[in-house]
Order: sequence, then structure tokens, then C-alpha cells
Amino acid sequence: MKTLLKLISFLSLALTLLPSLLVMKEIISPELSKNIMLIGTITWFVSASFWMNKSEKEEAEG
Amino acid sequence: MNQKQNLKQRLEAVNEYERTPIPKNKLKGWKSFIGTYAGEHTAGTEFVLGPLFVAHGASAGDLVSGLIVGNILAILSWAFFTGKVAVKTRTTLYYQLEKIAGNKFTIIYNLVNAALFCFLAGSMIAVSATAVGIPFNIQMPSLTDVYPNSVGWVITVFCIGTITTLVAMFGFNVISKFANIAALWMIMVFIAAAIGVLPRLGITSFSEFWPVAESTIWNGVPLEGQSKFTFWHIMFFSWFCNMGMHIGMADMSILRYAKKWTYGFSVSGGVFLGHFIAWMASGILYSLFLLESNGSLVFAPGPIAYEAAGITGAVCVVIAGWTTANPTLYRAGLAIQSINPKWKTWKVTLFVGLVTTIAACFPALVMQLLEFVALYGLILMPLGAVIFLDVFVLPKLGLASNYAELTNSRFNPAVGITWAIALVFCLGLNIYGGIEIFFLGLPGWFVAVLVYLAASKAIQKKVANTSTVSPLNY
Repeated sequence: MKTLLKLISFLSLALTLLPSLLVMKEIISPELSKNIMLIGTITWFVSASFWMNKSEKEEAEG
Repeated sequence: MNQKQNLKQRLEAVNEYERTPIPKNKLKGWKSFIGTYAGEHTAGTEFVLGPLFVAHGASAGDLVSGLIVGNILAILSWAFFTGKVAVKTRTTLYYQLEKIAGNKFTIIYNLVNAALFCFLAGSMIAVSATAVGIPFNIQMPSLTDVYPNSVGWVITVFCIGTITTLVAMFGFNVISKFANIAALWMIMVFIAAAIGVLPRLGITSFSEFWPVAESTIWNGVPLEGQSKFTFWHIMFFSWFCNMGMHIGMADMSILRYAKKWTYGFSVSGGVFLGHFIAWMASGILYSLFLLESNGSLVFAPGPIAYEAAGITGAVCVVIAGWTTANPTLYRAGLAIQSINPKWKTWKVTLFVGLVTTIAACFPALVMQLLEFVALYGLILMPLGAVIFLDVFVLPKLGLASNYAELTNSRFNPAVGITWAIALVFCLGLNIYGGIEIFFLGLPGWFVAVLVYLAASKAIQKKVANTSTVSPLNY
């Protein structure tokens, strides 16, 4: 489950960055790029919050 | 009731080893430091510092070469100064300074630190306000504004200041975890926003970047009323912008957990992401704004990022400002509380939050951020020199380390004299020599070294060369 969440997180990070390269190459419009970035942003914060920080139990165990 | 007891137990279980060396089994590996530094050095300040290089007319060649050399020097300072001292003592800057200078001196130091933290947090609240003000069409400050220019601006700043203060009072851990998540995403947004606007500058492939960078983005012409920046300004600024943390030794608190002093090099990722890529990215955005607004002096990172990356860009400015302002406010509260530990933490944080928010209303704080950051490092630098000498050099000269602890004194005059003379010397160079603030750190450090050695030699004449410290072997 954690691996899947990590995969989703890194894909969403890619969604934040890659559209700008397509804008530079004039393949997609800046407006579309901004919308994709927003989707990537929301997905990153939702998915990363499940795995990125250690739980209290993990922290206690060091 | 159970929840209350549980919270109390958890709080009591927290041991940050404020007054003891870090035990060997609590040391951390490379990964912890890489993550911490990457998050810390991609912050709200980057949205301001990158554009200020453009405003000061840095040329593309000077900017890139200055940032590379300056950042490498900063990394070396982190490893060879802070890393070595932190691993040798395994204590915080505050405790080490107390042992050397006495607790009366550390109160003064903490007060100065708290004031500097308040101003830094204030500038970050102002940066966030530029993004929050977008939907309300708030009038943004300009590069030359000193005082608040609209009621809407003041209200926006107070709203953000209130939220930031409340979070610092109640939920710092949550923000810290949130900042960890945001760090990687923020750097992606910085890069994406800059790449996304390149076609508007006439760049559609990476090979076209450099000629446009030289002629348009960093064209070497300062804006009206701004001084001209050279390679040396950029190199010294990127070396010394975190002077308080490396040469000033504040990052002893982090690196004392390192297994080896070489972990200081792990700041490389953070510095080159934050102080290289992010500064260049925010510079590109600002340069485009200047081009499209015919050289407008309005300076607002929020609308600029919104224009480039939409809602994501504006949210990034808010989060970058907030995640920097929050821990800074928290640290300011702790520094003030050290004067009287009986004061309630929440009351102290509320007080510093109010001071910070009032400061944030004044746009001059953000517009002068380059100078302020340089001043911040400069003020703390002499004490870093004192700690370095005290740990590594004084014993070799037959003098005692940790003089205040050894003599049970509350104030070691050698430290006070060093701080005062080094700062007066720097001030003199600035006022009478016309030397800019960015260049004062280096001569100031050598003066601090000479004065501390001379003052220690004079003051310690009658003290036997004994140390209360048992050497650590890990």
C-alpha cells in the first residue's frame, strides 16, 4: 500500500513539473499546464501525507 | 483526562539534549540531514532574493559564477566549521555559548537573535500576504515603499500574522510535518513556473536559454534607485547569507546529531536547490514581469507566481512564506523565553507574533531583505568565531576552553569585547570605508579571531589550564 502511495506521489510530482516542459516546447497551452499542475499539487499533498512523515509510534521507536 | 495525561507524558518524554551531549545511540545518518537541509533552504525567502538580484542588475555570467563559487564556500564552511565543532562538542550553540560566555551574555545574545527572527518571520508573512491578497485585488507594495500603502494590505498582513502566530502557539509539530511534505513540491513549482514562462521570453529550447539570459533576464542593468551588483556581491552574498547558521554556528543544533563532521556536506542539496535553482527560477519570473509591465516598481511575489503557475503558484508562495515564518516565530519565542523560563510559552509567542506582524506591515522589510539577511549573519558571526577558537585553538595555546563554566562566571568579558569590537569594526568599514554590508563578514571574522585570542590571553592569566570537559570519542 505504501509503495502504491509513493508511486502516486511521485507521479503527481511529475504532473507538477512536466507540463511546463510541454509549454516550453509549445505542445500544450499555459492554461492547460496550470490545471494539470493543480491536479498534481492536490494529489501530492493527499498521497504524500500518508507516507512521508513518520508516525508517532515510529518516532518513539527512533 | 487520559488524553491530557497522554499528552503530558509525551511532552515529558521529549528529550532534545539541550544541556547534555547527544548520546551515541541517538546519532543520525546522511539521509536525515539531506532531507532537513533540502526543506530548509527552499523557502519563502527564495521568492524575494532571486528577484532582488535582477533588480540590482546582476549579469547572467556574474550570477551563475557567483552563485556556484559562493555556494561551494558556504558548503565548506558548514562542513569545516559547524560540522567539526558540532561533532566535537555535540551540544547546541546556546549551551556551548553559555559555557564559554556565561548565562548573562547568552540572554543578550538570545534577545538579539529573537529580534532578528521576528524581522525575518515578518518579511515572510509579507511575502505570503502578496499571494493571499490576489483574490481581493489588494494594492501591492512597490520596491521603494517603506510604509504600508493601503488598509487592505495591513488587514491581509494581520490575518496571516494571526494565523501564523496561533499555529506557532498550538500546532508547531503539524506545521513541521507539513513543511516536510511541501519542500519537494515547492522546488518543483519553482522550476515549473520558470520553465513555463520561457516561451514568453522567446525561449523554446534549452539551447536558446543562455543568449536570452544574458540579454534580457539578467542584463546587468539595475532598476532605478538600486545599486549595481557584481560577481563579488553575489559570491559573498551566497556564501554569507546563511552566515549565522554556518560560521555563526547556529546549525550546531542540527549537526550535533551527525555521526561524522563530513555530514555537513549534506547541505549541498539544499543550497544548490534553494540558493541556485530557486533563485534563478524566481529571477526569471521577475524579469518577465518587468518586461511585460514596462519596468514597474511594484514588487509582489504572489501575483508573479500566480501569473506563471496559476493557483499552484500562488499557493506555493503562501506555503513557502508560512513554513518559513512559523518555525522562525517559534524560535523567536523560545529565545525570549530563555530570559525568564517561568513565562508561559504561549504568551511569549503571542507577544513576538504581534511584534512580527506589525513589522510585516512595512514593505521596506521585504524590499531590503538582501541587506537584512547579510546583517543577520554579520551580527552572529563573531560568536561563531569565538566558539570555533574556544573549541579548537585555545587549548593548543595553553588557554582554557569553556571559561565561564570553569570559573563559575555569569559573564566572560572576552566574549563581550570580541562581539563589540568586531561589530564596531564592521560598522566603521561600512560608514567610513564605504564598504558594502555583503563584504564585511570576512574582515570582521579575522578581527573577531584576533580580539578573542588577545582578550582571552589577557583575562585568563590567573586561571590554571584545566578543562571541565571530558573529550567525546564518537
